[in-house]
Amino acid sequence: MKTEALIAMLANGPVQVAPGAVARRVLAAVAVGGAVALGVVLAALRLRPDLAAAVHAPMFWLKLAVPVVVAALAIVAVRRLARPGGRAGPVVAIGAVLAVVLAAFAVADVALAPAGERAAIVLGRTALPCVVLVTALSLPGLAALFVALRSLAPTRLRAAGAAAGALAAGVGAAIYALHCNEMTLPFVAVWYALGMAVPAALGALLGPRWLRWS
Amino acid sequence: MEDVEEALRSALLLALSGDNEAYVAFLTRTGAHLRSYFRRRLASSPNDVEDLVQETLLAIHNRRHTFEPTARLMPWLYAIARYKLIDLLRAQSPRRAIEVALDDDEGIAELVHADASPAETRRDLAKLLDALPDRYRLPIVLVKLEGRSVAEAAQATGISQAAIKVGIHRGLKKLAAIVAKRR
Repeated sequence: MKTEALIAMLANGPVQVAPGAVARRVLAAVAVGGAVALGVVLAALRLRPDLAAAVHAPMFWLKLAVPVVVAALAIVAVRRLARPGGRAGPVVAIGAVLAVVLAAFAVADVALAPAGERAAIVLGRTALPCVVLVTALSLPGLAALFVALRSLAPTRLRAAGAAAGALAAGVGAAIYALHCNEMTLPFVAVWYALGMAVPAALGALLGPRWLRWS
Repeated sequence: MEDVEEALRSALLLALSGDNEAYVAFLTRTGAHLRSYFRRRLASSPNDVEDLVQETLLAIHNRRHTFEPTARLMPWLYAIARYKLIDLLRAQSPRRAIEVALDDDEGIAELVHADASPAETRRDLAKLLDALPDRYRLPIVLVKLEGRSVAEAAQATGISQAAIKVGIHRGLKKLAAIVAKRR
């Protein structure tokens, strides 16, 4: 086919597109992933029984804030990486600084605790379920975000996959926090972080293969 | 650079708000830039250039909803062109794919300045043809560029029809070799 014929063909039909497609599709994927994760928590895992009392504890909100901040930074990165040529941008550096701050507070918490309690405030009682369930609750969001990204046009596929993983993880971990009754910062800094790192790594691993578009 | 950016960008914005004539202009001019950019990168396989131009125009069309109206256009176009080029090279020659991947943002100037309007292309080709001896050059000019038949070309030059055909064939090969050497 001649190139002019191709151009004529492409222009022969509706060319108009509504602005904001990237934001819409990413937000829709987050909503789908979050809704599935919330459904699983409500139906299978149950909310923590003392939720009504826990909402008065600052630690409850801090535990929720960590994944929410991860999701907020990651959604900026995903929206940028979803476009041709897009880079994650400054959110990576901001996230790194915040991670260092979180780690510093966690270390201080451990250091200030009586020697006999140190292990307990780091390990808690649900370390393994935390990592496994945060990862599991992130998977629906990761799948939905991959579908969305395939309809967009990322060109840095590994970074886009990692950002999608981090976004899904932030949403999944925030919803898991409604079930989890651990109330120490070191626990969040270690096990929530690990649980969120797994989907991010998975996204980075799968991105180059699964986010290809043509 | 600003001129190209502004002209193409305003054409695309018009197109995205429903002006299909602006879209034809946008794709045609973008195609010219792509052609020239790919031609440099694919000098060893010139047959792939037009295919890749078409593939890229198709990708631009299918992914046009990912262009942010407030953003610059050329980085967006270049990222798509480079993505498609790497895709093609990955299948042919993984090493060259890595080279292009490493170009990163340097190649963007090449895409912007790559002005392959048909006129420019013909001038370029004319220069290349001058390097060929008459027995190759005349058959190509008469048959391939002016569109005459082999018989007419034979009559006009006094060369036999068989020699015209051989001249076209060898001449085009020689041209490809010259282009490849220029890289």
